[in-house]
Amino acid sequence: MSKNLDTALGLGAQNRWWLRATTVLVCVLVVLTFAGPLVAILVGAFDANRDPSRLSLVPTDVTLDNWRAALNRDVLHYLGNSLFVVGVGLLLQMGVSVLAAYALARKKFRGAGVVLVLILATMMLPEEILAIPLAVVLSDLPLLHLNLTDSLAGMIVPIVAWGFAILVMTEFMKEVPKELEEAARLDGAGELRVFWSVVLPTVTPALGVIGVFGFTMIWDQYLLPLLVASDAKTYTLPLALSSLRADPEVGIGVVLVASTLAMVPSILAFLGFQRSFMRGISAGAIKG
Amino acid sequence: MTVLTRDQADEAPAPPSGRVPVARRTSRLGRWWVPWAFLAPALVLFTYFKFIPMGQAFVMSFQDVQPYLGNSWVGWENYRALLETDEFLSAAGHTAIIAVAQTAGAVLVGFALALLLEGQARRLWFVRSAAFLPVVVPTAVIAELWRIIYHPTDDGLANSILGFFLIEPSQWINSPDTSLLSVILVGIWRDAPYDMIIIIAGLVGVDRSLYEASALDGAGWVRRIRYVTLPALRPAMAILLTLAAIRAMRIFTEVYLLTNGGPNGSSEVLMTLIYRLGFERVELGVAAAGSVVLLLATIVLTLLVRSGVRKEDS
Repeated sequence: MSKNLDTALGLGAQNRWWLRATTVLVCVLVVLTFAGPLVAILVGAFDANRDPSRLSLVPTDVTLDNWRAALNRDVLHYLGNSLFVVGVGLLLQMGVSVLAAYALARKKFRGAGVVLVLILATMMLPEEILAIPLAVVLSDLPLLHLNLTDSLAGMIVPIVAWGFAILVMTEFMKEVPKELEEAARLDGAGELRVFWSVVLPTVTPALGVIGVFGFTMIWDQYLLPLLVASDAKTYTLPLALSSLRADPEVGIGVVLVASTLAMVPSILAFLGFQRSFMRGISAGAIKG
Repeated sequence: MTVLTRDQADEAPAPPSGRVPVARRTSRLGRWWVPWAFLAPALVLFTYFKFIPMGQAFVMSFQDVQPYLGNSWVGWENYRALLETDEFLSAAGHTAIIAVAQTAGAVLVGFALALLLEGQARRLWFVRSAAFLPVVVPTAVIAELWRIIYHPTDDGLANSILGFFLIEPSQWINSPDTSLLSVILVGIWRDAPYDMIIIIAGLVGVDRSLYEASALDGAGWVRRIRYVTLPALRPAMAILLTLAAIRAMRIFTEVYLLTNGGPNGSSEVLMTLIYRLGFERVELGVAAAGSVVLLLATIVLTLLVRSGVRKEDS
């Protein structure tokens, strides 16, 4: 009896053949609906088809022509830009997050509450809302008077400090037992040593969580690169997609190649860090 | 809502004796600037790329911004110019429609998916992972994909599906009648798997013995969902719905790439309008006023939600 009602619908334990067949059919439909179109992008990238309305799961005429044409359209250059932004950006973002989280989780100090409120406030200020003034600030950084327009640095620096990553990391760092830290301090470990050799190694799962979220967040950036890049040489892959589509000399195949290159890294990151990803989602949902 | 309690430093037992007083003093208090040194990079970056731009938005919203010529104060003029235009009102309306329809649609589909795909079987795990893929794929790719799906000829994928059900082909993103609906469908397709995962996480917490009790009382699956599952999911659902609605208010990339607000402004949302004002018409002051309005709307909605959730808690 108890086995029958493990789930709300109790589908798992149904033995009637038509019910089992229906569940399999539903599963196939769900996979086709959500993953099917993405597979079709991949297939289309290797297909000689030039009909812009066609999406197919089976290639009719397998070819590498699309890839050759895409190389001629600097797709690798855009991919390089994207990889640079996500590589440097993610590294800096994770570094800044663990540093800030260490202070918030492991230190008691006057002003901690205010800092926390400020970080929560930044989460209400995404790039979209700040787009207009952010573009102004990036073209002339206050005090430093640097112009980051048309530079990859301009796409990186605004996303390095990310409230979500800091707060997730803080939660994880609070779980590190105080005794571990105390013991290290009794052994004469300094502040940096406690941070680097005691606290950080115990939160490696959390590094996975903020890593995979940071990657997805940076890789998905569209508005920020749009504000920063005015010249095609600084385009990232997502920006390049629409200009490739608008180019009358470029066929649908090249757009699909560029889409594949933009899509595959994020899918690999998700599949590789699925557990971390799901963990972060529940954390984010509860936290807001 | 976030409960970030202070460090429980005092709970740690004190070292037994005063053998190592120096180390103990620094571990208890530390130098005052240590936490600030760790926070400095984050605080500097937040100041530069969050707080200064926010301040800038407020200042610019009261100015006539003219690059190289100098700005002049114009009082509430930008806000008046913004609120008096029909395009602002219709963009706000479209944004609200998208926020409500997309959120509700995604939760309904996500709930159905969660019920169907709940469980431990390996096959279900595979299906859930496959369904989740649209959530992680970059928005720009999603937009290009749906431009192909929405291809307005009869053999476009969306029209083929309509044709299968003997429905006339549609112009989708190319017609003012269907452009908004097209954007919403993409949003539902993309958000539903995300909602599914959160609802499944909530379903794990439902008391299994209640299912059995309801079965003993002779309740079918409809009543089981109605009286056992849904009440247990209510808190998770409330948070999910409101977060999604707040996120939908600043929708940009999907609309920008699918319809760019068109045809004829039929799918213009607040963010595409603000972008257009700022970068195409170079009316930075009016665009800044739009950003401030959007920010205020987000803050008000967030606070309303938080107080609502708190009331529910108590």
